[in-house]
Amino acid sequence: MSDSVDTVTTTGLVALQDVQKHFGDLHVLKDINLSIGRGEVVVVIGPSGSGKSTLCRAINRLEPIDSGSITLDGQPLPSEGKRLANLRADVGMVFQSFNLFAHKTILQNVTLGPMKVRGLSKAEAEKKARALLERVGVTAQAEKYPAQLSGGQQQRVAIARALAMDPKVMLFDEPTSALDPEMIKEVLDVMVDLASQSMTMVVVTHEMGFARRAANRVVFMADGQIVEEAEPQKFFTDPQTKRAQDFLSKILTH
Amino acid sequence: MDVISEFFSEYDGLGAFKTTIYLTVVSALFALLIGTVVAVMRVSPIRVLQVIGTLYVNIVRNTPLTLVIVFCNLGLFLQLGVSLANKDSNTFITDNNFRLAVLGLSVYHAAFVAEAIRSGVNTVPLGQAEAARAIGLPFLKTLRYVVLPQAFRGAIAPLGNVLIALTKNSTVASVIGVTEASAVMKVMMENRPDVIFVVFGIFAIGFVILTLPVGILFTSMSKRLAVKR
Ligand SMILES: Nc1ncnc2c1ncn2[C@@H]1O[C@H](COP(=O)(O)OP(=O)(O)OP(=O)(O)O)[C@@H](O)[C@H]1O
Ligand SMILES: [Mg+2]
Repeated sequence: MSDSVDTVTTTGLVALQDVQKHFGDLHVLKDINLSIGRGEVVVVIGPSGSGKSTLCRAINRLEPIDSGSITLDGQPLPSEGKRLANLRADVGMVFQSFNLFAHKTILQNVTLGPMKVRGLSKAEAEKKARALLERVGVTAQAEKYPAQLSGGQQQRVAIARALAMDPKVMLFDEPTSALDPEMIKEVLDVMVDLASQSMTMVVVTHEMGFARRAANRVVFMADGQIVEEAEPQKFFTDPQTKRAQDFLSKILTH
Repeated sequence: MDVISEFFSEYDGLGAFKTTIYLTVVSALFALLIGTVVAVMRVSPIRVLQVIGTLYVNIVRNTPLTLVIVFCNLGLFLQLGVSLANKDSNTFITDNNFRLAVLGLSVYHAAFVAEAIRSGVNTVPLGQAEAARAIGLPFLKTLRYVVLPQAFRGAIAPLGNVLIALTKNSTVASVIGVTEASAVMKVMMENRPDVIFVVFGIFAIGFVILTLPVGILFTSMSKRLAVKR
């Protein structure tokens, strides 16, 4: 009986529909359809220039899209102003280059958002910040400035800064690729821990160990398109498309 | 050297330099205020504001200061009747001229302040503003808490240069009757043409005493307060 062309599709926490994005003549996001469920961890991989960063940045509208729709919790992204700022507060973002506020101490980096966006008092914000710094293991550095910390420590602070906003979803754009090898693990450990506490995460990374340990799904992008999606185990052992096979053979032989 | 004691006793040279300092400090504060607003307009995402900011800087920077100051007096006050002091006061003329000079000096130097701050903004990596936006700070808060504090620290040296220029340029106020240092120098030179080089020397040294420490202070501050990245 039931004509199952139901309009009440269970949309994810983050849902992208027919998203298109150009930089001039360059078509960087082509027909992107992607739905990310609550608590899901999605790893995005793909060759350089395939549009992974742009995809990430589109989700909190650091990069506006040409057409299509992106919704967070069922709400379309507002286009500008106060409402857009509020949306961004709900989407945590961790950058490849950390981007900690260079003129502020570690503690101030983590308290700024809660105080100026969420309206927490200084005492409340600091209490929360110290708890988060403890969680990512940089309590001892609270009064230092970003330049005094190692890359791994800075990235963990950046994660704490994003978490301080109580985001609904966390975006990571190659969070470990600017780090020395010995620091990668300390950052990935924090992320795995986050995933295990059912944070919704979109992670652009080539760390297959992380994908295997923490991801529910791997999304493979090439030339602005999503070419393949699968569970990590399946994707890494049995990729279906030629593009993915080529890509994996390249990064695996390294 | 009686001319030196005359500088202090008969001509109130110190008072004249006090006026110079006062003129400079007050104008500097207004210039900083206006210049910051203009710089913010230039980096804002709103096209109209950008255009207004750019026009301001380009028009003002390319107008001779003397013109600006004379316009404040002849144009604003004498033609349009804009006065900046209490008309019934005994010191109306002095006050009004002084304030018109402050207006002209502020408006003029604001253009240079704006450029200095914009060069400071350019020292702040794009990622700083992106990170601020990513935690949900709206445009003005991003500027206020993240970009401008770093921009000012990156702009200390050029701002120092603007302040030094402003100190010297304040002498133009004499053309609309403000008795700052150069106005007094002119009077002294007219009265004592026999020692004209001494008079000149006294005032030149006076200006060096004012500007040299400013240069040293701003250079050391710009090093001390530089944002470590
Ligand atoms: N602001 C921009 N203006 C113009 N072109 C851009 C801009 N940002 C990215 N691009 C281009 O868009 C394409 C996709 O870029 P994007 O950064 O999303 O790729 P990526 O998959 O993250 O690559 P990488 O692995 O190198 O980080 C690239 O060709 C890039 O050169
Ligand atoms: Mg990228």
